[in-house]
Amino acid sequence: MTAMSVVGAGAPVKVCVRGLDFFYGDSQALKAISLPLHTNKATAIIGPSGCGKSTLLRVLNRMYDLYPKQRAAGEVMLDGENILSPDVDVNLLRSRVGMVFQKPTPFPMSVYDNIAFGIKLYEKVSKSELDGRVEQALRGAALWDEVRDKLHASGLSLSGGQQQRLCIARTVAIHPEVILFDEPCSSLDPISTSKIEELIDELCERYTIAIVTHNMQQAARVSDFTAFMYLGELVEFGGTDHVFTSPTQKKTQDYITGRFG
Amino acid sequence: MSEHIVKAYDRELELLERRIAEMGGVAEKMLGEAMDALAAFDVELAHRVVSSDPRLDALQREIEESAILTIARRQPMAIDLRECVAAIRVAGDLERVGDLAKNIAKRTVKIAAEARVPRAIVGLKSMHEVAAMQLKDVLDAYAQRDVERARAVWFNDAELDALEDSVFRDLLTFMMEDPRNISFCTHLLFCSKNIERIGDHATNIAETVVYLVTGEAMPTERPKGAAAAAPPAGRGEEAR
Repeated sequence: MTAMSVVGAGAPVKVCVRGLDFFYGDSQALKAISLPLHTNKATAIIGPSGCGKSTLLRVLNRMYDLYPKQRAAGEVMLDGENILSPDVDVNLLRSRVGMVFQKPTPFPMSVYDNIAFGIKLYEKVSKSELDGRVEQALRGAALWDEVRDKLHASGLSLSGGQQQRLCIARTVAIHPEVILFDEPCSSLDPISTSKIEELIDELCERYTIAIVTHNMQQAARVSDFTAFMYLGELVEFGGTDHVFTSPTQKKTQDYITGRFG
Repeated sequence: MSEHIVKAYDRELELLERRIAEMGGVAEKMLGEAMDALAAFDVELAHRVVSSDPRLDALQREIEESAILTIARRQPMAIDLRECVAAIRVAGDLERVGDLAKNIAKRTVKIAAEARVPRAIVGLKSMHEVAAMQLKDVLDAYAQRDVERARAVWFNDAELDALEDSVFRDLLTFMMEDPRNISFCTHLLFCSKNIERIGDHATNIAETVVYLVTGEAMPTERPKGAAAAAPPAGRGEEAR
């Protein structure tokens, strides 16, 4: 019961969601969501299928803009600026708020080009600088040692876990400020999963992270804060240590202990 | 508490609870019989107490193993995790209660032949009454997940400490009266310490019950002396 007041007290906030509603046509998927993403912390968003957690993630970089009839209302403040405002440059926003998806989605091009592509989209850089940025990104995603000798092989030739780290490298290559992970490990084996989790730990030093996961243990392992959502509402937000040992809401408890009926 | 989607999980947790209840029963019985044996210098009964202890040890081991297995198999969260941790802790405390009762029984065997000042045992009896009540209350509190009752046990421990002090002074007096009492009274001194320790284990269990139900720890400082024996006002409002 002290969780709400204890968490986040004093910690800087990178993204602040306030009173966010979201609609797919006529059906409301998010109801008055308010929560912070603390700077350089990982926030896990958990909840049963259909609770709106992926929807929330998709709002944070306005991914929903790509689809007609999807509409958000409320505020999502990124460094004090409302990203839902119509005059926000969505491309610029997505370079600041990167996203990694459930299934690895490398482009059908070489490992090198998978990463260079995004950089060249946003910046004009020399070849040598580009080489450096690609290496830096691959190192940042803990993939460099495994692919340094096959930079020009197709990204699709990598294993699933490597592909996912390639996607992470692609995301960090353009130096975002926030990284959104939507079920990043759901199609990976335990070893690859551990590598991604280790990576998330490291990425927290430079980025603010939000991660949607169905794996409760993973949420407990990688995150500093946890948000539990149910039927489009935010039921509980708190420090991860607290949420997983003594949640304040019965619904949270029922869900994380496997009693949801 | 509603049921888990996986029913076997519920059965595992229920089994833990039943085993703790069984351990509680054995420990209470051992303590009661050890004190009866001491009061009556009943060597045979004392031997029976000593022979109950392996059952308690076996139960403790069983509880620990199944709690660890549940943690490994189900990765329990929140209340379930606290349930497993609480079971391990409570089992440890009850096992110690059994050891202490067994120790009283062993001392009974030693001093039965030279029983000297029967009135020296009166103080121990009142200590036992309090300790037995504390143990019973805390086991009920565990079984019923009753935070208030657990807190009451926690606050009552000071009473047992005060009683121990007065038993200590009495026994000292008997020893000064007649040096031939010294050996006998020294054994009783250890018995009173054992009972006081049993009270401490009841207090440990009370803390575990509070943690189990609320997820919050009791203060590290335990109440001391008569002044602290009554819970301060407003204490009970934290319960959920």
